[in-house]
Amino acid sequence: MNDKGIRIEGMRKRYGSGDTAVDALKGVDMHVAPGEVVGLIGPSGSGKSTLLKCLGAVIDPTAGRMTLGGEVIYDEGWKVSDLRALRRDKIGFVFQAPYLIPFLDVTDNVALLPMLAGASNDEARARALELLTALDVQHRAGAMPSQLSGGEQQRVAIARGLVNRPPVILADEPTAPLDSQRAMAVVRILNDMAQKFETAIIVVTHDEKIIPTFKRIYHIRDGVTHEEAGEGREFA
Amino acid sequence: MISLAGRDILHAWGKFVFTGFGLGLLIGVTLVMAGVYRGMVDDGKVLLDNSGADLWAVQKGTLGPYAESSSLNDDLYRPILAMPGVAAAANVTYLTMQVRKGEQDVRAMVVGIVPGDAWGTPGWPSHLVSGRQITRGHYEAVADLAAGFRLGDRIRIRRNLYTVVGLTRRMVSSNGDPMVFIPLKDAQEVQFLKDNDAIWQNRRRTEADPAFNRPGVPGLLDAVIASQSTNNYVNAVLVRLKQGAAADEVAASIRRWKRLTVYTRPQMEEILIGKLIATSAKQIGMFLVILAVVSAAIVAFIIYTLTMDKIREIAVLKLIGTRNRTIAAMILQQALALGVIGFVVGKITATFAAPLFPKYVLLMPQDSMAGFFAVLAICALASVIAIRLALKVDPAEAIGG
Repeated sequence: MNDKGIRIEGMRKRYGSGDTAVDALKGVDMHVAPGEVVGLIGPSGSGKSTLLKCLGAVIDPTAGRMTLGGEVIYDEGWKVSDLRALRRDKIGFVFQAPYLIPFLDVTDNVALLPMLAGASNDEARARALELLTALDVQHRAGAMPSQLSGGEQQRVAIARGLVNRPPVILADEPTAPLDSQRAMAVVRILNDMAQKFETAIIVVTHDEKIIPTFKRIYHIRDGVTHEEAGEGREFA
Repeated sequence: MISLAGRDILHAWGKFVFTGFGLGLLIGVTLVMAGVYRGMVDDGKVLLDNSGADLWAVQKGTLGPYAESSSLNDDLYRPILAMPGVAAAANVTYLTMQVRKGEQDVRAMVVGIVPGDAWGTPGWPSHLVSGRQITRGHYEAVADLAAGFRLGDRIRIRRNLYTVVGLTRRMVSSNGDPMVFIPLKDAQEVQFLKDNDAIWQNRRRTEADPAFNRPGVPGLLDAVIASQSTNNYVNAVLVRLKQGAAADEVAASIRRWKRLTVYTRPQMEEILIGKLIATSAKQIGMFLVILAVVSAAIVAFIIYTLTMDKIREIAVLKLIGTRNRTIAAMILQQALALGVIGFVVGKITATFAAPLFPKYVLLMPQDSMAGFFAVLAICALASVIAIRLALKVDPAEAIGG
C-alpha cells in the first residue's frame, strides 16, 4: 500500500454526546497520491468542511487513522505533539477567498511561512520569489494585496500554500470567487504545481465548471465518501 | 523574522498617528497635571527660599505664618536678635488680597518688610530683575513680574497708593499668587485698617463705656482710643542664623526663653507641603488616577477594535502555523507603539502648554520618565484584552463552511 501523499481510513467525527450527538463523519476512507489533484464534492451539510478541518489538523477526529507523506499522524489520537508545526510544515491551505495578510506585500505574504519555520529572511524571500515566478506573478512581488486582481491574489495564495513544500494541499473552494477563465487557470496551476512539487491536492468545490477536470472525485454525503472516476477533461 | 506589528502600523499609519495624537493630548493633560502638583511644591519651597530665613518664630501653638494666622508683638524681634546664634531677625506680615491698578485688580500676597538699605534683610525679595529695593518707610512697592505691574506703576492697596520701584521674579505664595512687598508699617496698617464709619462707631462705643471713660482719670480715654487705632502686631519674625549655628538648638532656645513657636526649614516644608497643599495634591492625584484609567480604557478599546478588524487574518495566521506568542507580540507591540506615539505628542503638548497656565507648571524630567514607563505599562495592560481575544480565535474560522 502506497502511503505517500495523504491517506485516511475509517475517519469519524462526532459532535456532542448522548441524544444530541451528531455524526458528521461516519467512516471516511480516502487516498490522494503525490502529484494528484482530486475533487471533494458534496451538498451542504454533507461533512465536507468537517473532513477538511480534520485533514487540516484543526479539529480532532473522533476515530480513524491518517498518514501524511508516509508518516502516521493520527491513529485514534494525534501522533504529533505540535499540531501548529504540523500545519505549518506538512499542510498547505488555499482558501475560498485568498485571505492574504493585508499589511504584508506579496513576497512577504508568501515568505512568512518559511520565516515562521525558522528560515532566514533572505532564504524565505528567495523561496517565495521562486514560487511567484512559477505562478507568473513575480512582477507583482512588491505590491500589496489590495493592488492585485482576484486571480493574482489567488495565485499568491497558492504560492503561500506551496512555499514550505507540504506533502498535501487542502484547497477550500479556491475558484468560487473567479470567473470561468480564471477558475480554469487556477485549476491548471494546481495541477501543474501538484506534479512539479509532488504534492497531493484535495480541492473542495461546488464549482460545476471545474469538476470535469478531476480524474478522481470523492463524493461525500451524510458523512460517508464514495470514490468515482472523473472525466479528467483537458483544460480549456 | 519580519515585524508583523511594524508592517501593520506602516500599512495603516494614518490610523495609528491620528489615534496616537488623540491619546497624546490625554497624556499631555496628565503630564501638565503632574506639573501643576510639582509647581505647587516648588512654589512652597520658593516661598521658604525667598524669605531668606532659617527659622520662623510665630505665635505659640500655631502653624503660622503661611498655614495659619499668627500674631506677634512687633518688638519681639529685638530679644530674638540678642539670642546666641542669631545673625538677623526681622518682622514680616503676610496678607493675601486684591491689589488694584486702575480698573483692574490682581490677586497677590502683600508682604510687609522692614525697609532700609541692608540688602538681604530676612523677608526681602532675594533678587530684583529691575528697579531697586524699598528704601522709604511708606508707599513704595516691589512686585513680582507675574502680577503684571511695571516700574513706576501706581497700585492701590486698601486706601493708599504705592509706587512700584522694583520688580522681582518667582516670588510667589504657596498658592502661586505673586508677591507685592510694601513697607512693614504700611502692611500693619493694611491688616488693621477699618473704614471711617467703623472707626467713628468704635470711638463712640469706647466713649460710652464707663470702664474707659472714667471721671477723674483724664487721658485714659485718649490712650485707649489711640491703642485701638494702631497695630503693633506682625505675623512672624524671620530669623537668619550665624554660620555654624545649629538651627534646632537656636529654635529650642527661642521656644524656651521667648515662649514662642519656632519652626526650622524642614518643619516649615512639612507644614507647607505636607499640610497646606496636601488636599490639592490628593485632588491632583485623583485626577491622575482617573486620567490613567481613561487612557488605559481608550488604548484597550482602540487595540481591541484594531484586533477585531483582523480576526480573519489572525485565524489564517494561526491556521498556517503562527505561534500564539508571535500574534500576542504583534498586538502588544502595536499597543506599545501607540503609547510611544501618544507620549511623544503628549510631551510636546505639555511642554508648549505649560507656560500658558496662570500658575507655575513645573515639568520635571523624572516625571516624564516615570510617565513614559507608566504609559508603556498601561498600554501593555490594555492590550491584554485584545490578546485574549486573539488567542481565542479558532484557526478553523479560516476554513469556510
